[in-house]
Amino acid sequence: MATTSAAPRVRPSAARTGQPRMAPGRWFSELGWRHLVGVLAVVFAMFPIVYVVSAALSEGGTLTGSNRLFGEVSGSNFSALGDSMFWTWLGNTLQIAIATGVGTVLMGAAAAYAFSRFRFRGRRAGLTALLVIQMFPQMLAFVAIFLLLIGLGNVMPVLGLNSKLALIAVYLGGALGVNTFLMYGFFNTVPRELDEAAKLDGATHAQIYWTIILRLVTPILAVVALLSFISTFGEFIIARLVLQSERNWTVAVGLYGWVSSLLEANWGLFAAGAVISAVPVLLLFLFLQKYIVGGLTAGSVKG
Amino acid sequence: MSTQSTLDDTSTAAGDGDAPGRPRRRRRSPGTPHASGTVGGLVAKLVLMAVVNAFGVFAILAAWNEESYGILAAMVALLVAADWVYFSRRTLPLKYVLPGLAFLLVFQVYVVAYTGWVAFTNYGDGHNSTKEHAIEALLVQNERRVEGSATYPITVLERDGELGFAVVDEDGDVRVGTAEEPLAPVDGATLDGGTVTAVPGAELLDRRQVLERQDEVTTLRVPFSDDPEDGSIRTQDARTGYVSTSTLEHDAEADTMTDVTTGTVYSPSDDGWFVSPDGERLNVGWRVAVGFDNFSTAFGDSRYAGPFLKILAWTFAFAILSVVTTFLLGLFLAITFNDTRLGGRRIYRTLLIFPYAIPGFLAALLWSGMLNRSYGFVNQVLLGGADVPWLTDPWLAKLSVLLVNLWLGFPYMFLICTGALQSLPGDVMEAAKVDGAGRWRTWRSVTLPLLLVATTPLLISSFAFNFNNFTLIYMLTNGGPRFADASVPLGHTDILISMVYSVSGLDGTAAKNYGLASALSIVIFAIVATISAITFKRTKQFEEIS
Repeated sequence: MATTSAAPRVRPSAARTGQPRMAPGRWFSELGWRHLVGVLAVVFAMFPIVYVVSAALSEGGTLTGSNRLFGEVSGSNFSALGDSMFWTWLGNTLQIAIATGVGTVLMGAAAAYAFSRFRFRGRRAGLTALLVIQMFPQMLAFVAIFLLLIGLGNVMPVLGLNSKLALIAVYLGGALGVNTFLMYGFFNTVPRELDEAAKLDGATHAQIYWTIILRLVTPILAVVALLSFISTFGEFIIARLVLQSERNWTVAVGLYGWVSSLLEANWGLFAAGAVISAVPVLLLFLFLQKYIVGGLTAGSVKG
Repeated sequence: MSTQSTLDDTSTAAGDGDAPGRPRRRRRSPGTPHASGTVGGLVAKLVLMAVVNAFGVFAILAAWNEESYGILAAMVALLVAADWVYFSRRTLPLKYVLPGLAFLLVFQVYVVAYTGWVAFTNYGDGHNSTKEHAIEALLVQNERRVEGSATYPITVLERDGELGFAVVDEDGDVRVGTAEEPLAPVDGATLDGGTVTAVPGAELLDRRQVLERQDEVTTLRVPFSDDPEDGSIRTQDARTGYVSTSTLEHDAEADTMTDVTTGTVYSPSDDGWFVSPDGERLNVGWRVAVGFDNFSTAFGDSRYAGPFLKILAWTFAFAILSVVTTFLLGLFLAITFNDTRLGGRRIYRTLLIFPYAIPGFLAALLWSGMLNRSYGFVNQVLLGGADVPWLTDPWLAKLSVLLVNLWLGFPYMFLICTGALQSLPGDVMEAAKVDGAGRWRTWRSVTLPLLLVATTPLLISSFAFNFNNFTLIYMLTNGGPRFADASVPLGHTDILISMVYSVSGLDGTAAKNYGLASALSIVIFAIVATISAITFKRTKQFEEIS
């Protein structure tokens, strides 16, 4: 965590004082080329995004018609989304991603608390087992997940194929494996003296957990919830298998359907849908950049 | 813990780690720190456990009804465990671990184990179920009307939303059945001159209704009894039913199927089919364990082995090149912007992060349109109307996949390299300068090694991620262009995970072959596990477990 957030910042005013005195040649070899590289990199990074925004705003919905950047600006693609299932899909995606994010945080944090604060038989073995299990991406077992849900669906349709609840349950199956370690490390940084003091004051373990520990580890909870939200948002392979009727699809499944079938005709619609569904994730990302990157790094690099 | 023993009842109360207990905890009462929370917690716990138990019992009963004994056993075990954990005083850590653990066991550990089992069977199209089911399906599929067999007067009816027949048998009794339930006598039916006029609990269809549902009626098959060999009743005109019996006969003792019309005897084979002496087989088989056959198919069968080896090589090339290209570009940019005198660094950084914040599936779909050969933005606008087959030429498609992944991945590498560069210890750099090292020398001998130490674990996990980057491949090229010589739908940019998806047949493009797909999954598991094991050795993550 500390790696990125503790980046040294030099005040811009101090940085700029040296600049005007540089000779042009020296300026270019020291700084100018950096701007050149920066502009090129920004163009590379941004042109697809500019293009998709332009395509979303174009009048016609075809791929060819989208090639003139901002040739015409109209909201027709966005209003056409209203006639499609897009908003249903977006609603499904948000439901699934939010439920998974919340569930992941609750279960992961509880497990991390147990591993971090209690000493019990099988603790080491449990941690090692989690470490081993997290090596196996759940996605690889999609055939078995599909077959399992067929079986479960015979008994309880609500947990079978074509159920959003079943998909959430499948995603929650990955909650402990991936996140417990991230959280465990962070929980360990909260001094034990705090809980011991609270315990002396008569607090129960549950009170310590809910009122002391969870408040101190909020940053990592936010990171885990976000990472879980974002990865669920974009998950395709299991969602595609589980959610079979169009009404239950997520955005990833639905937009894929638009593009893979009749690519030409649906392009404007896809572009509009892409812009709308990218916005929430993009905003989360830009505002919480520092935490996310910190969280990513904290997983493996010891700060 | 021992000081707490008197509080144990209260401490278990809210210890179930679930959401509803939470708001109550927020209420603060400084004088009595646990009194109010305990009551609220206890209520929350009892309510939650009641819900869990209700759901568990419901699931157990449902599993009993469906005769799914595996699910039954699992549900009983989970329910007993939940009750034990939350009502015992000696299971404190488990109270926190159990919810996640239950999901983990069912949806991760079990499915991985199940994958392992399926990999050693021939599960798939033609081998979908057990032998009993296969025999039943064969008997039903081969039913023919027996010439000169008995006909019965029937009436079409609807019971509990399902179509069925009411049949008057030889003794004048009325028997009713549907597609799911075999014919069984009913009491209280009224007869009028040999036709049924009313059946309790069911609604008779009149002429018009029958015509409306003609297709359903003529395809309806009502089993005569529980034994599939007794055949079934069908009808053409909704008035007379005739008996169809199977042309196949199952001899339970010899475990053979006999075709009664030709007299051919089919005996079970090791690979889950009924086969006649001259090699003809019946079209429904059953699951059998096939040992390492699926693995030898992957590595040895000419239909799969060629594509498999090419795909394996490309998977490694793709994953390694993706990591290398994104890392190099990210590192280069990080160095470029790591000069504090540079104005506008924040703007550059924010703009460069954009691709990383776009969900991967959107980016892949977007690029698949932009790289379209005839209409795409890249050919039409950037290259001024060129006709470059970005996604349809084998090598260009590979290049495109790498390019798109570079676009998607370099911001991440840029971020972590920036972080690593900024946290380099200043004194070491100072020491290098004092020792007279030049810029290049400092960079090569001090900066780069330190940077690599910090980023290697992330590079390895990035490798593991790309190794299974299904979304990118599936959405961008769908594995294409296809191998010209392969009979299976696989292509030049397929990676192992997308090959598993194609082979499994779950997308409907090929015959389902769960066995082979699972075997390939196991191969990927093995590769990923090896790589992860190396990671652990390097990062010594195990040391953290103390």
